[in-house]
Amino acid sequence: MIFYPERSQDRTTAVMHLDLDPVALVRGKNQQSDGLLAQYVNDRPFVASSFLSVAMGRVFAQTMAGKSKDRQDLADRALSFEVRVVPVALSGDLDLVKRLFEPLGYTILSPSETIQEQVVDLRLSATMRLADILRHIYVLVPVLDNFKHYYVSEEEIDKLLAKGDGWLSEHPDKELITRRALKHRKSLMNMALARLEEAAPPDEAPEGAPKLRPEEQLEKPMRLHALRLDAVAEVLRQNNIASVLDLGCGEGRLMSRLIKERGLARIVGVDASVRTLEAAHRKLRLHQAGDAMAKRVTLQMGSLTYGDRRWQGFDAATLVEVIEHIEPHRLSALVLSLFADARPGLVVMTTPNREYNVLFEGLKDGKLRHPDHRFEWTRAEFESWADTVAGEHGYDVSFAPLGPVDDTHGSPSQMAVFKQKGVA
Amino acid sequence: MTKIAIPDFALVVLVGATGSGKSSFARKHFLETEIVSSDACRAIVSDDETDLAATGDAFDLLHYTASIRLKRRLLTVIDATSVKREDRAKLVQLARKYHALPVALVLDIDPQICHERNQDRPNRDFGEHVPRNHSRALGRGLRGLQKEGFRQVQIMKSSEDVDALEISREPLWTDNRTDHGPFDIIGDIHGCFDELTELMGELGYQIDPFEAGCEDLIRARHPEGRTAFFVGDITDRGPRNLDALRLVMGMCDEGSGRCVIGNHDFKLNKWLKGRNVTQAHGLDLTVAELEKTSEAFRKQVSDFIWDLRSHAWLADGNLVIAHAGLKEELHGRGSSHVRNFAMFGETTGEVDEFGLPVRLEWARDYRGNADVVFGHTPMAEAEWLNNTMCVDTGCAFGGKLTALRWPERETVSVPAKAQYAIPAKPLDADQSLSAQQDHDRLLYFDDYATKMRIETRFKSTLQIPEENSLAALEVMSRFAVDPRWLIYLPPTMAACPTAPEGPFLEHPDQAMDHFASRGVTDLVVEEKHMGSRALLVLAKDADAAQVRFGIEDGKAGVIYTRTGRPFFKDETEEAAVVARMRAAMQSAGLWQELQSEWVLLDAELMPWSAKAQDLLKRQYFPTMTAAKSSASALLEAIATSGAIEGLDALRARATNQLSNAERMGQTIDGYCWAADRIDEYRIAPFHILASEGKVHADQPHTWHMETLGKLAEADPILQMTGWKRVDLNSAADREAVVSWWMKHTGAGGEGLVLKPNAFTLRGDKGLIQPAMKVRGRDYLRIIYGPDYDFPENIERLRQRGLGRKFSLAEREFKLGFEGLNRFVEGRPLSKVHECALAVLALESEPVDPRL
Repeated sequence: MIFYPERSQDRTTAVMHLDLDPVALVRGKNQQSDGLLAQYVNDRPFVASSFLSVAMGRVFAQTMAGKSKDRQDLADRALSFEVRVVPVALSGDLDLVKRLFEPLGYTILSPSETIQEQVVDLRLSATMRLADILRHIYVLVPVLDNFKHYYVSEEEIDKLLAKGDGWLSEHPDKELITRRALKHRKSLMNMALARLEEAAPPDEAPEGAPKLRPEEQLEKPMRLHALRLDAVAEVLRQNNIASVLDLGCGEGRLMSRLIKERGLARIVGVDASVRTLEAAHRKLRLHQAGDAMAKRVTLQMGSLTYGDRRWQGFDAATLVEVIEHIEPHRLSALVLSLFADARPGLVVMTTPNREYNVLFEGLKDGKLRHPDHRFEWTRAEFESWADTVAGEHGYDVSFAPLGPVDDTHGSPSQMAVFKQKGVA
Repeated sequence: MTKIAIPDFALVVLVGATGSGKSSFARKHFLETEIVSSDACRAIVSDDETDLAATGDAFDLLHYTASIRLKRRLLTVIDATSVKREDRAKLVQLARKYHALPVALVLDIDPQICHERNQDRPNRDFGEHVPRNHSRALGRGLRGLQKEGFRQVQIMKSSEDVDALEISREPLWTDNRTDHGPFDIIGDIHGCFDELTELMGELGYQIDPFEAGCEDLIRARHPEGRTAFFVGDITDRGPRNLDALRLVMGMCDEGSGRCVIGNHDFKLNKWLKGRNVTQAHGLDLTVAELEKTSEAFRKQVSDFIWDLRSHAWLADGNLVIAHAGLKEELHGRGSSHVRNFAMFGETTGEVDEFGLPVRLEWARDYRGNADVVFGHTPMAEAEWLNNTMCVDTGCAFGGKLTALRWPERETVSVPAKAQYAIPAKPLDADQSLSAQQDHDRLLYFDDYATKMRIETRFKSTLQIPEENSLAALEVMSRFAVDPRWLIYLPPTMAACPTAPEGPFLEHPDQAMDHFASRGVTDLVVEEKHMGSRALLVLAKDADAAQVRFGIEDGKAGVIYTRTGRPFFKDETEEAAVVARMRAAMQSAGLWQELQSEWVLLDAELMPWSAKAQDLLKRQYFPTMTAAKSSASALLEAIATSGAIEGLDALRARATNQLSNAERMGQTIDGYCWAADRIDEYRIAPFHILASEGKVHADQPHTWHMETLGKLAEADPILQMTGWKRVDLNSAADREAVVSWWMKHTGAGGEGLVLKPNAFTLRGDKGLIQPAMKVRGRDYLRIIYGPDYDFPENIERLRQRGLGRKFSLAEREFKLGFEGLNRFVEGRPLSKVHECALAVLALESEPVDPRL
């Protein structure tokens, strides 16, 4: 509904009120994929979101196109406007609001500096054409929200570029806008950016992208992970390992490194997550594997806190950056399963060295490198644990640093190599 | 008429030339599904039952089909010519692999008759030479069939013989499934006769007067008709081998006792039969005694041993007794391998540092439901391990003689009066954990990573699809508490049937009607608290935790969520709450009252904000704030307008929306408070789920609430739950429930829960819902949205399907209590854990989360 509470020569207020049916939202086809919870307690019926943009597209199509039936001269002129959108679901902070609106010439009246909540009262003032304002709102409200209620396809690029015509290509945060407006679909975003100015796609998402991996980002500059994989592969080679169990194989990065090794006749990757294993299956191209490869390289679902009879009879097991994802009180189950039950001749384990964390920029004091890390150990902690495990189960253990060694804090990652006594 | 009996589990091989009449013979005597025919297999793989080029593949299929049937312990008949020795050899091998007795039924018919028959049938246009060659080949092998491995051979020389044969089926010797005992299963005697008679006395047997050292059998029996079941190894090492033999033989003769063969018995019989045996391991002592007896007596002993079975499969397959134990796949089967396993156990051929054979620990991997009771390996204590128990407690070595009473599953022992022999390996020293607990430190993933089928004691077997078990396994392994604590996961609770009209979506009337319509009128009604579900496993102290849960890290309890995760992130905070709860149990005298050193409580832990901080921040607060600011901004805009058409309706609606949003806010606020200190928590237990020896799902809710009432007085962090017992036949009681509900929910309470007082109750259509929630009008705003009760919304929301939720609540209840019962009965943790996993797996079924 649209109504005009105030109409005078000096000032006119138009109110557009959008009433969404909360029951249909949950019932209808627009169920969001954020899990079941999002279905029933959600702010969608109340906040300005992509629903608002859709409504604007229907109601203000003419105005947004810069046309007016009766007052074309006013439509063509920049006028002084105050805009209020309430409430807005803000996925970010005040800085985001500034970054989006200030370059376009708006003054931000609200939210204030001290905002805490995710639901804000957005007030802006500017002097510009009404059509421009509406188009800004149309594009930027879902960007603030970082969500769209419908499936986004290539058509969305056309809509974005049409409504962004004349301002988006100049906007300093056009990447952010494009990314969020296209629901983080990288291929769409690249196409949109290319069309905007034939620009090269950016290499790394600087903010809020769903694939953000904090640990990787910290460690990326030193190629630490590649280093780890090399070190583990080298240990396996030196010990003439023919069969290896990669416990916590994730998406198969160590496995794809090991596949190239001659002499490894059997590589089995184990992970607790079906989805991760599916990704590993794709990345290792196991769907295209011939018989020989399919026999040599396999994946299985398994868990490090359970025993597993399928783990018997392997030369070696590797646990690359795995143990820190296990609750400390469950490590004893891993030790039993691996060192008392499966008993491979060789166990190679790597884990972050917590001492090194102070040297990472951007890692807050006392924080761990990854939200799923249940602990990170100092060198002394890791070594004392590993010594006990080795002693109790008939293994010898040696340690090596991984990555550049700092005199005080050691290396970013640490490796333990357990060899079963009496195994050549 | 020739009558023969064959075992009811066997591989029956029909032998005969083409045209000898095997197929009609087979159809006459066996079920169609029991017959695996080479012609039929040939047809399946080639569409032509005479296509000889398909013979190789056809026989692969025949062997495969037969092997699956045999694996499932089904009698199987092979309808193929099988006239060649090498063809029969493969079948004998197959029978051995699955421990089925191979039986040959030979149709040795004149080849001329075979040829004539073939000519009468389509597709059998082979020459005369074919049946002739078959017949010749058959003739060559006829005499050697027994030698080939057939345990039973029947040769029919003519069509008349074939027609005259009558076949009956008999259970295998070892198949005593109809014998339900009760049994007193007595461990290796090894000539410890004095201990044996003392033990028999303790067990209540009456032994007839007898004279020591003579040849008369000693007779004894139990006045209640119990059976003494000896696990073998009657003699050697001890001082009174002859008397031990006399008693066991006497009881077996009378039928008051039974015995399976042990390796010592087997060896003794070799000596009795005059074979050359080394007289070691105490055999010399037995020989010295028996040498003084008459030849007739020795013959009697030898016959007795000769007749002993390898094992006994008893009580509907729920009990197996064998001297050295038996793997599940060998139960109730017959082969020399079964006999060897039952007598000697499974060995690798290696010997250990004491010169004893290295045994494979079959019991560790045993996952069967049948109890397997055995002896053979002397242990310090008789203990359960995965439903198996070794009752050899080394009496001859100065240990004790032990009996297991079954089905009671209790052991009775008497100590040895002396050490009669020195063991090669010392008996295991005292262990801090039981054998089962030691084993249960590790559960096996491959036991669960499959479609699970769980039999419950609630007359239903529940299936869990593999993908759901895998999802549950992932969650378990990443987030759950130690499985040794996780003995139970709670079921979801049914929401009441929807109110058909009026301002309420849920109302106590419908819940009361639901129970009344199922004939349940004795209810307990309880306040429903809005916090987070918490399961509290409490032990009296760390020692008690070790004894009952096998936990050795000094913890005396845990608190976990309804999905099995630790309730508190901080272990010290958990320990502090556990300590307060244990102290409360102590001062309320509940340890004593329950006669238990541990207890499992089902509770709600408040405030909601303690656990749901993240949810509140991400979901509930933004929704409420958005609803509020949207409505107030609209009202503001309307207030500044003059009279505009249609605005009055909008104003009225926005006013309502604002007030709904505010009520939603107040409702949430009521469930949230800062709880930085333990004192600010409120724990409201509502079930005493289990304690030593008992699952309290058979106690009325009045007992639960009264007992918990005492607990609640012991510590201010405990909050008593308001409750009432009501009789649905009383209109006054029904009204009281409604007015209580109105009052309680009007003051911000979540709602009430209605439960059949009897706790677990079956109706005509299965389990009665064990609990049903009726949530308040304002509480539902945080579930269905602030404006859910606008008329246009509520009418649509009434169309909610409750069937799935009801079914889920019922299945989870059964699984949860099945697991808990298993724990209380001391079943292996792997069997307890599968129930918890299954509850978690069911939670991944899609159900409307608002219910």
